[in-house]
Amino acid sequence: MQRTYTRGLYVVCIVAGMSIGHTLLALLEAGPRHGYDLKRTFDDHFGQDRPLHYGQVYSTMSRLLKNGLVEVDGIEAGGGPERKRYAITDAGVTDVDGWLRTPEKPEPYLQSTLYTKVVLALLTGRDANQLLDTQRAEHLRLMRQLTRRKSGGDLADQLICDHALFHLEADLRWLELAAARLDRLAKEIHP
Amino acid sequence: MTALLTAEGLHKSYASTPALAGADFTIDAGEVVAVMGPSGSGKSTLLHCLAGLVAPDAGRVRYQGRDLAGLSDAERSALRRGDFGFVFQFGRLVPELSCVENVALPLRLTGTKRKDAEARATEWLARLEVDDVRHHRPGQISGGQGQRVAVARALVGNPRVIFADEPTGALDSLNGERVMELLVQAAKESSAAVVLVTHESRVAAFSDREVVVRDGKARDMAGAV
Ligand SMILES: Nc1ncnc2c1ncn2[C@@H]1O[C@H](COP(=O)(O)OP(=O)(O)O)[C@@H](O)[C@H]1O
Ligand SMILES: [Mg+2]
Repeated sequence: MQRTYTRGLYVVCIVAGMSIGHTLLALLEAGPRHGYDLKRTFDDHFGQDRPLHYGQVYSTMSRLLKNGLVEVDGIEAGGGPERKRYAITDAGVTDVDGWLRTPEKPEPYLQSTLYTKVVLALLTGRDANQLLDTQRAEHLRLMRQLTRRKSGGDLADQLICDHALFHLEADLRWLELAAARLDRLAKEIHP
Repeated sequence: MTALLTAEGLHKSYASTPALAGADFTIDAGEVVAVMGPSGSGKSTLLHCLAGLVAPDAGRVRYQGRDLAGLSDAERSALRRGDFGFVFQFGRLVPELSCVENVALPLRLTGTKRKDAEARATEWLARLEVDDVRHHRPGQISGGQGQRVAVARALVGNPRVIFADEPTGALDSLNGERVMELLVQAAKESSAAVVLVTHESRVAAFSDREVVVRDGKARDMAGAV
């Protein structure tokens, strides 16, 4: 199957565990915004292919309101909830600050299928180099796509493609090392 | 499409150590091919054989259909100066010459007058975004700038094949990426082929296809998937 990474898809992957609350809060640091404006700014940066629902914005904003992290800065006449203008509070700024200062839990990021295949190749006496070569070709195909997209892209494209490229490279480096270890092992057993 | 450069059954040993053990390889005009493989697998030896810098023990290299072994030393040198360009891991610039003199050198060696050679060298330095250091010596510029000067020198003579051996190996990610962008872009614009030796997949991602060298054997990965 030919996989294509769009920026949106990739962002969905990397920010799957992302806190929408902190993100919306941080976007408010630039100045007060209406709900619809917040949603648009979020989508521009993080959600091309999977925009936020208005419902998510309102439920998040009412939680932030309740916790005193934002306040209502004004309501446009005749509008629904999207006409509310929100401003970040001092407590909100402190909260964003704390979030940005807290390291993310490192994910072992083990490509479990690849790992399983390498172990099975070892257990069944197959050539891990074969696995490496076919996987490398497949990885490089995607890496070429990302590299091309990056060269024509804006800063956000570059950052996202870099993130994907380094992770794909890490897969390959691990696979290369695994194949080399198995090679050495095989040579020790059958010199 | 006819092959520009072909290796057929290349063997090369150093003392009793085989560095190449049956490498076959084809590159078409204007193609960027990454040569990948672990350290010591024979990538540089393959590149040296392809460029006529090292004579294989067995097998042959054809450039535009002609067997490199059938050429005289003078003809091979002329080929290396005229049709081939080289970029190595460390620029290998002449330390006593300024950057513009370094880039002009290949043209000077083929008889171009100093003024013309330096004018063209300056154009290439500008394309590689390093014309501001044209009067500096290699010792006075950064590694990233040095590699750009080396790329300019490789391209100034309008070569048909650029041989690049780990051209970004000594650079940080950002400089390495820029050197690759400029190298590939310049090669594409002048329809030059590139033989790009690298063990880094992010660098290989700038190529059109990859060849993997393992234990001295080169395998074209086009049919791997
Ligand atoms: N000039 C040389 N003299 C002796 N051995 C060499 C020479 N060049 C390469 N070798 C040996 O040949 C093998 C392949 O080397 P090389 O082509 O440089 O590999 P790579 O570029 O993939 O790291 C290695 O075992 C290396 O030690
Ligand atoms: Mg080498």
